[in-house]
Amino acid sequence: MSIKSEPITINLGPQHPSTHGVFRMRVTFDGETIIDVEPIFGYLHRGSEKLAEERTYTQVVTLTDRMDYVSSMLNNQGYILAVEKLSNIKPETRGVWLRMIASELQRIASHLVAVGFLIQDLGAWGTPLTYAMREREKILQMFEMLCGARITNSYMRPGGVFMDAPQQFWDNLSSFIDEFPAAVDELERLLTSNEIIFSRTKGVAVLTPEQAINASITGPILRSTGVPWDLRKNDPYDYYDKVDFEIPVHNAGDNYSRYLLRVQEMRESLKIVKQCVDFIEPGPVRPHHDDVPFLLRPPKGDCYVAIEGSKGELGFYLVSDGSISPYRWHVRSSSLINLTLLREMLIGTLFGDLFVTFGGIDINMGEVDR
Amino acid sequence: MFEFIYNILDFLFDLVIKDIMFETYILTGLTGIIIGFAVINGVLGGVLALIWGERRLLGRFQQRTGPNRWGPQGILTSTADAVKVMFKEDIVPEEADKYIFNVAPLLLVIPVFIIFSVIPFGISLYAVDINVSALFILAITSISGLSIICAAWASANRIAIFSALRSVAMLISYEIPVGLSLVGILLICESMSVMDIVIYQKIPFILIQPVAAIVFFLGSLAEINRTPFDLTEAESELAAGYQNDYSGMKWGLFYLGEFAAAIAAATVFSTLFLGGPNGPFLPGIFWLTIKVVAVLFFIIWIRASWPRFRIDQVLNLAWKGLFELTLVNIIVTSIAVIIWTDADSNRLIYIGLANWIFAFPFVILIFKMLKTSNYQDTNKESMSYPIGSDTPKFMKEKS
Repeated sequence: MSIKSEPITINLGPQHPSTHGVFRMRVTFDGETIIDVEPIFGYLHRGSEKLAEERTYTQVVTLTDRMDYVSSMLNNQGYILAVEKLSNIKPETRGVWLRMIASELQRIASHLVAVGFLIQDLGAWGTPLTYAMREREKILQMFEMLCGARITNSYMRPGGVFMDAPQQFWDNLSSFIDEFPAAVDELERLLTSNEIIFSRTKGVAVLTPEQAINASITGPILRSTGVPWDLRKNDPYDYYDKVDFEIPVHNAGDNYSRYLLRVQEMRESLKIVKQCVDFIEPGPVRPHHDDVPFLLRPPKGDCYVAIEGSKGELGFYLVSDGSISPYRWHVRSSSLINLTLLREMLIGTLFGDLFVTFGGIDINMGEVDR
Repeated sequence: MFEFIYNILDFLFDLVIKDIMFETYILTGLTGIIIGFAVINGVLGGVLALIWGERRLLGRFQQRTGPNRWGPQGILTSTADAVKVMFKEDIVPEEADKYIFNVAPLLLVIPVFIIFSVIPFGISLYAVDINVSALFILAITSISGLSIICAAWASANRIAIFSALRSVAMLISYEIPVGLSLVGILLICESMSVMDIVIYQKIPFILIQPVAAIVFFLGSLAEINRTPFDLTEAESELAAGYQNDYSGMKWGLFYLGEFAAAIAAATVFSTLFLGGPNGPFLPGIFWLTIKVVAVLFFIIWIRASWPRFRIDQVLNLAWKGLFELTLVNIIVTSIAVIIWTDADSNRLIYIGLANWIFAFPFVILIFKMLKTSNYQDTNKESMSYPIGSDTPKFMKEKS
């Protein structure tokens, strides 16, 4: 006697507690095993790229904040680098160092969110998340000192940054540099050798380097498959060639290596921040208004600049027609492209792995839909 | 307890009127109502305290405050929530099977309260003493699975069905180790009555039956759907699981039933393995309360620190780990019981030593075997190196 069984299709999202925003998946299950996934997105589309065509080059900075709202400093940096390249602005030294400090702090904050919510998706009821959020809070408070905003910073300007950091920021930063390794250790003591996390994440949703490269996946997910590709090393921008740091690379390509890689990247980012603090010297943080006016009119042409964002290669393509606003602005958002292999990663895994894998990719719906 | 209240009522009746018809029946009924009222309200109060305590403790574990607004230390928060839940709109989905949909919450709550009828709160403070009460507890706890599958099926929700199927799979798997883990105790006590087991526990049975205690604790965590076995209501996967479509007081009843089940599991564990109301100086009910609170604290502690298992791992643990452990426990205990038959004072110590020496190593062995493979290699894999100093693995293989 055979029991008649049929696959069941469930609609997960856009209103689901762990879709990290408004993401929708139409998942077909055979029992608990996933046999098909159809990702559906676009619920957070705000037309940022079109909006930029109506704004001046400096105003577009505020649009980049709202793309990936957990790493706005990195978005600012990438966009500003594109504008500087387009209009041949030479940035001020102190401004660039401040930019690097801000973006590395933001990378730490973004990875903290990624790790915290990955563990939340695994089912740990909040404790690792609050540990991570506690550290992120310190970073956000430092951002508040830098520019008055915590999430939507708009800190960077063509040629440097908006304004110099107050003394309070340096005090907080030095205490953060002292305390943060202990905090990461605390998080790792709780998680890294936890048997449940081992059994839930090791060998789940494995990507091969060939798959990852063919789908042009970048960032921690690519590095977790064993490809040492980091734009800070391979195509250095700002002063990343002057600082000494390492790129953590793993070979397993599973959820666990993605988690561990982010934890190691946080330590490396802190190393960069420490060196930036040593290198930084007094001076202007951005060029005078006469050199870089508020209403920038870059020469006709186009440029593409990519930085290593917290989630992967974050590219900005700008076309100028010589007017005060960009003719076309396109963003190569790493979140969207990293999502492309979601189906391949998920098929064959169980329901319990679905949101763990989804959290392990660390996407941000603001960046996916823009 | 029963006779005590019965006699008081009898005395009061005699003061007012003599030779009433069916006096015994009336008195028995009244006594039952009084005891039931006391036990149910005690458990309800315990549930409110547990909800508050859990939220407060989780807050402490997570370096935040927790509820602290209503009442001193926020102790009235759960009362306010209970009142709010009662006045919320009760929504029944259009496609739901209305009758089963309404009955399911009651099916979850009632059996949990019935468990407390056989629990001795003190040496002579119990509602009823059935001679098979250990079996009775096991039988009654299984009804919750029926309630969950009724709720899920009646609400016609696919996510709820997932939750219910998981719940039933877990219930079927964990009933066996939990039931078998009690066999050792029953062999030692030669009785199935919880009263006898409590009286027999000069030394808490957790020291004499360590393997059974571990299996029973893990099994009861799985049966009351607590972390790390909370797959039934895995919030990050299934939202609220089988109670997705419930609202208002019906949802409140599910919530109540779950927390009462947590208290019941802690009470049964304290009664069977921690000596129940036995203890020096203080009255029995205080000792039982202290032990129950300690077990509940442990359960909340686990919830605050561990992620949950996946469904295949949960079932693997039951069938490949706990089931074997209970068999080992039964073999070792029965041999020990045969060897030391005399009811001398050292019998329990000998049986306990035999269990620690011959059965407990299997716990370590089996949990080692269940560990994720290549556990040791992970640290070697995760070495970091600067770009250019080493070619990655897949490039080496190609060249």
